[in-house]
Amino acid sequence: MHPIIKLLIQRIALGLLLLWAASVMIFVGTEILPGDVASAVLGQGATEQALANMRARMGLDEPAVTRYFSWLFNAIQGDFGVALSNGRDISTAISQRLGNTLFLAAVAAAISVPLAIFLGLLAVRYRDRWPDRLISGVTLTAISLPEFLLGYIVMYVVGVQLGWFPTVSNINAGMSFGQKLNAVALPATVLTLVVLAHMMRMTRAAILNVMQSAYVETAELKGLRRFTIIARHAMPNAIAPIVNVVMLNLAYLVVGVVVIEVVFVYPGMGQYLVDHVQKRDVAVVQACGLIFAAVYIGLNLVADVVSILSNPRLRYPK
Amino acid sequence: MRGIPISALLGMFFTALFFLAAIFAPLLAPYGPTQIVGDVWEPASAAHWLGTDNLGRDLLTRMIYGGRTTIFVATASTLLAFTLGAILGFTAAVYGGWVDQVLARFNDLVMSIPTLIFALVVLSVMPVTLLVLILVMGLLDSTRVFRLSRAVAVDINVMDYVEAARLRGEGQVWVIFREILPNALSPLVAELGLRFIFAILFISTLSFLGLGIQPPLADWGGIVRDNREGIVYGIPAALVPAVAIVVLSISVNLVADWVLNRTTSLKGGRGA
Repeated sequence: MHPIIKLLIQRIALGLLLLWAASVMIFVGTEILPGDVASAVLGQGATEQALANMRARMGLDEPAVTRYFSWLFNAIQGDFGVALSNGRDISTAISQRLGNTLFLAAVAAAISVPLAIFLGLLAVRYRDRWPDRLISGVTLTAISLPEFLLGYIVMYVVGVQLGWFPTVSNINAGMSFGQKLNAVALPATVLTLVVLAHMMRMTRAAILNVMQSAYVETAELKGLRRFTIIARHAMPNAIAPIVNVVMLNLAYLVVGVVVIEVVFVYPGMGQYLVDHVQKRDVAVVQACGLIFAAVYIGLNLVADVVSILSNPRLRYPK
Repeated sequence: MRGIPISALLGMFFTALFFLAAIFAPLLAPYGPTQIVGDVWEPASAAHWLGTDNLGRDLLTRMIYGGRTTIFVATASTLLAFTLGAILGFTAAVYGGWVDQVLARFNDLVMSIPTLIFALVVLSVMPVTLLVLILVMGLLDSTRVFRLSRAVAVDINVMDYVEAARLRGEGQVWVIFREILPNALSPLVAELGLRFIFAILFISTLSFLGLGIQPPLADWGGIVRDNREGIVYGIPAALVPAVAIVVLSISVNLVADWVLNRTTSLKGGRGA
């Protein structure tokens, strides 16, 4: 078999294994840790009888291994059961909210990825001069702030003082694409700022790494034009690290979305998760945790697959 | 003090300032932390330097006490993360074999779930107390420390002086604490700063989500949560913690950068 296919199969199998192990971790984290789920749901004033009823309803009287496998097999088929707090079907609620979250993340990614690569190139081009220092300074400040504070600063300045965009991002199925874009303008801006900082710094480091390598120096000494050097020699070698950076930051975006949705009261997965953590609704928390972990592991997997595919040393076996 | 760049000195000064303010909070704060001293969201004045919050409490007082809680939780969880992460990381590197495999693979697994998501999942069933928060944050963060200390220790473990110690007949515990720890200290100290900042951001985020430090105890994330309604009316009280967090994290970063640069040049590496 071609070694590259073998590598890919190994990596994908590892990803699936990780995902399975993550599901075990999430299940163990919520069910086996000290702390009784039934009393967590009902509060401290619950009677013994109510607790027993709750345990029976949640199936807590069965052994944990049985519950884990029935939970996992239902989850694979897209059935996460019903929420403990209001008895609604979790899958229905999630499918709607997942769409909203992906929309927000997609808008943020569509702005931040090209911008980060452009700024990264700019910073390398003007290395150690004022454009580089300005970009580095701004991104360092953005990294030093937690996402939610950045959210409120943007909301205060752009939403309240300037009044350009709505401060609360309400979105529903009846809105046109333009209206939706207007509604997510502020949260998408904040998410862009958050990942832009990381992505730009990593892109800058990746390109600098390539530009300092021996073959670029050779190309320079051959007297090639600067553009040719970048386009023909630096770019093909920088693609793998840049794609890696982009994927890692998209994974980061998925987590950042949780906090930003709460700030802007956006009806997505993150808001759903946080609400139900507060209500101690374990069924919803497990479902959301599993989905977030799956997206995160999946994006990391794509990053690795791309870097395997783009490495010419692996493409031609010795 | 000679040879310390001005940026590192500045960083040390502000970091020390924050820690002193945290330690001496009751002496510095002009009012009591839960004392209602005025109207809701009063603007800044001579009596209230930063104005008042959503319940009419003095915002400066809340910030000082909030810094105390936030810095205490972050410090405690960072220390836990380092003690646990470093000892396990060194152990994995020194023992190697299946010990290393088990620890490293388990570490990879925990790191494959985003920290915030994992913390939310665990906090949904655990009672949210200071101790639980410190434990959850410390344990989750120890995975990052583990990775670094293992990588550092693997390099040190093959050095001649470690081999000499082994040939002398020293045990593994001696090797870990007397040979590896002193030589791994510098990169770990630099990492300590970054992890501490991460802990500050993390506990603030949890508190902001209502899953961290519980009222009436003040903390920086909680101040944002309490005052966020005001933003829409143009009252910037919720943004005050931003200034404190940015100043603290940039200061610690400056110190950490200096420690890192100093150590890379000591080893003869290119300390740029």
